[in-house]
Amino acid sequence: MRTKKTVPEVNAGSMADIAFLLLIFFLVTASIENDTGLKRMLPQENAKTTINIKKRNLFEISINPQNDLMVEDQIIKLKELRDMTITFLDNGGMAQGQMGFCGYCQGERSAHLSENPEQAIVSLTTSRNSDYAFYVSVQNEIIGAYNVLRNREGQRLFNMDYESLVSNYNKVDATTSEKSVLKRKIVTLRAMYPQKIVEPETIYH
Amino acid sequence: MHFKKSNPAKLPTISTTSLPDIVFILLFFFMTVTTIKNQDLLVDNKLPLANETEELTKTDRVIEIYVGRPKQEHGPTKDAMVQVQIDDRLVEINEVGHQTIIALHKMPEHLRKMAIVSIKADSKVKMGVIVDIKKQLRAINLLKINYSTIEGDVFRNLRNRF
Repeated sequence: MRTKKTVPEVNAGSMADIAFLLLIFFLVTASIENDTGLKRMLPQENAKTTINIKKRNLFEISINPQNDLMVEDQIIKLKELRDMTITFLDNGGMAQGQMGFCGYCQGERSAHLSENPEQAIVSLTTSRNSDYAFYVSVQNEIIGAYNVLRNREGQRLFNMDYESLVSNYNKVDATTSEKSVLKRKIVTLRAMYPQKIVEPETIYH
Repeated sequence: MHFKKSNPAKLPTISTTSLPDIVFILLFFFMTVTTIKNQDLLVDNKLPLANETEELTKTDRVIEIYVGRPKQEHGPTKDAMVQVQIDDRLVEINEVGHQTIIALHKMPEHLRKMAIVSIKADSKVKMGVIVDIKKQLRAINLLKINYSTIEGDVFRNLRNRF
């Protein structure tokens, strides 16, 4: 007698359930890592430490152990810091026709603030007992001030924000030719408002 | 002309045979875009908020330094010293430079020049610790740093004051 040979079929009905379980497992255990932060550059160890700069070109910010903020000898609130920094950077105090005149600055051209953005230096002094969170807030506001100015010039020159230029540059799918164009624009804007933030070492007595 | 009246009680069944395929595609998507954190945090780590941030897109050249009070099983103790976690170990503040060099040497050689140190410090940490860490990083010539933050309003960092 000849038996009919049949291969038993594997029931695939529960396949979806298994896949769902795996999917849920990965959803729960994994986290999309997005490390964001404030990028900074430390000065070289053996860099020359004494520089001669005019008082007007230095914007002094200090934080005390009680997390109070002092800017140019007056105590201010954190909310005011960004606007004050912008006023300082964008001042363009050099007279027209002189070397280092800032043509694109829209500031008040006052005599006691910076001569031009190239010369402007922000100095940030902290106490050892200040809170790190507050320090990050202050750094954030300073960078914010630079970004506002760079965005403004980006809009004027390239019809595009500085920050969107940077984020486009960091995109993975950007081609090399696109990147070099973007890079040139970014470098131009950075040169217009170079970030010069110094953190002088505190001296203890 | 006569049309055959379809039976309203009998709805056509939707074929579910392609459901596993769809789910598998989803599964592979999540498997590729996510990374399982293979590191246990040994220190308290509540990052401060900031909004003018840049994203660290290239993660292969990042050395992560976690700064905070060591986690305690039975509630946090206030007087515990702030320590630093590099890779899987807790180290004292004055060893950070040495340990960072070790971490740097685990990196492929062509990336070492572009290494970025991401400082993931707890918001309760005092600046003295950060200043010490920065000094050591300067000494070993690792100058690109990143203060790791969470996207948010900076004025909420010290909520009791502002």
